[in-house]
Amino acid sequence: MADEPLILGIETSCDETGVGIVRGHTLLADALASSVEEHARFGGVVPEVASRAHLEAIVPTMDRALTEAGVTLADIDAIAVTSGPGLAGALLVGVAAAKGYAVAAEKPIYGVNHLAAHVAVDTLEHGPLPEPAIALLVSGGHSSLLLVDDLARGVTPLGATIDDAAGEAFDKVARLLGLPFPGGPPIDREARAGDAAAIAFPRGLTAAKDLAAHRYDFSFSGLKTAVARWVEARQRAGEPVPVADVSASFQEAVCDVLTSKALAACRAQGIETLVIGGGVAANSRLRAMAEQRAEKYGIQVRVPRPKLCTDNGAMVAALGSHLVAAGVAPSRLDLPADSALPLTTVSV
Amino acid sequence: MLVLVVDSSTPAVTAALVEVSADDVVSRAYRCTVDARAHGELLAPQVDAVLADADARPRDLTAVVAGLGPGPFTGLRVGLVTAATMGQVLGIPTYGVCSLDAIGYPAASGEPVLAASDARRKELYWAVYDGAGQRIVGPEVSTPSVAAARARELGATIAVGDGAHRYAEILDLPVRVEPRYPDATVLALLAAERIRAGASSERLTPLYLRRPDAVAATGRKPVLP
Ligand SMILES: [Zn+2]
Repeated sequence: MADEPLILGIETSCDETGVGIVRGHTLLADALASSVEEHARFGGVVPEVASRAHLEAIVPTMDRALTEAGVTLADIDAIAVTSGPGLAGALLVGVAAAKGYAVAAEKPIYGVNHLAAHVAVDTLEHGPLPEPAIALLVSGGHSSLLLVDDLARGVTPLGATIDDAAGEAFDKVARLLGLPFPGGPPIDREARAGDAAAIAFPRGLTAAKDLAAHRYDFSFSGLKTAVARWVEARQRAGEPVPVADVSASFQEAVCDVLTSKALAACRAQGIETLVIGGGVAANSRLRAMAEQRAEKYGIQVRVPRPKLCTDNGAMVAALGSHLVAAGVAPSRLDLPADSALPLTTVSV
Repeated sequence: MLVLVVDSSTPAVTAALVEVSADDVVSRAYRCTVDARAHGELLAPQVDAVLADADARPRDLTAVVAGLGPGPFTGLRVGLVTAATMGQVLGIPTYGVCSLDAIGYPAASGEPVLAASDARRKELYWAVYDGAGQRIVGPEVSTPSVAAARARELGATIAVGDGAHRYAEILDLPVRVEPRYPDATVLALLAAERIRAGASSERLTPLYLRRPDAVAATGRKPVLP
């Protein structure tokens, strides 16, 4: 609807420079520049390389978003920007950019939480989110299970990874198998030709003794080591490594833990909506398994399309739009970039 | 012509409004806070404040001038991204000036001068200027002792800037007290010809001088004994 506010979102918490524009729940533009290729030879994101790339990319990415949406900065009603959590230097470029736009265009600014934005982006695909909902956010940088009572004001963390992020485990296992970085897409591809039951890899923090203290927490470090041991044993025996079977069995273990804990949280709280976001949500097995298991309990699974699951500006704009609609006050111009912004803070 | 000047290459976070006329460059409003850890928090409110101080709106601006550094990366980028985004919104040109020039140029008075700022890791960002304030060597990054040796070779008789204060003993040159940090009016002065001519906008690329700290991934350590 034309009378809904026009919101701009800027995302620079990791290696993607994103600018998104939304009107209400309607996505008008989602421009992205990625420095992922510059990080590939380092096997992970190098913060200084990412920050330099954000500085170079922000103005052209903004131009593309404005062109795509057919609007100018003068038409924008508010600017939202990821203020955390994320890489400190990378966040700072986006926050400073948002402030530059806000001061020059004389618009209000909202510093928002990256994780809450991963939840909000689903509204662009599936409309308003029923509250309360459970959200499972899984990417290279985070693995969290959240209770979303009121997305505009507060999100309650239920659990998180105690070691590696889920996406990190995909990256490390991919490297072990000689697959490219980032590891999620190639493992997903390989796994399609493999047998998920070929190798029984461990499911971290699912034993009865672990559930008491870590009911909704994740651990992927032991799984990663188990895969490494298995592959090395094969190599030492001079046998070929069945990449498809290892990929499928590893992926099955990750998805099993993620979906069972997420659905356990829904059932324990009597919640009927599960939102999945973050780069790992683009994994085809995770989507299929979550939907299949949720159906039994009458739980609705909402997963936005893959391009909206990975980091982007649209998710920040979506959360900004939600905050404006809820009447939340804008942030002050001295808002910080906070690499450790807690989940309980949706906007600063 | 009303010009916005920003510099975040040193611990001094600076925003200023400067009036550039056919034959003069005059400061209209100026805000500077010395805090090496809060560039991102401080700069935008200071830009807002100088506009208010001069009773001006963003749309009254003709150009933006930014100090390109060299400077510690994270803080330096704040000034450059602020200048670039404001220029984009307002459709006005942005011009870059080496931040050390805004220390060395006003300090020159007949004899060569070494201008230096703190590069952290026990190093200096530095450049040497001739007696008229023209940069003859630099900007470079090195230890204070290397900077001192090069400055002497070039005949520098005086040092200036925050880095010169900090490493006065090693540099062993008399230190000129001011300017300690890049002077905003001088940044505009050094871009004045471009501003008056309406020269085309420049991409604001930081003078990093250092490569990012990163090591390419090497072979993985085996987990089996
Ligand atoms: Zn993310």
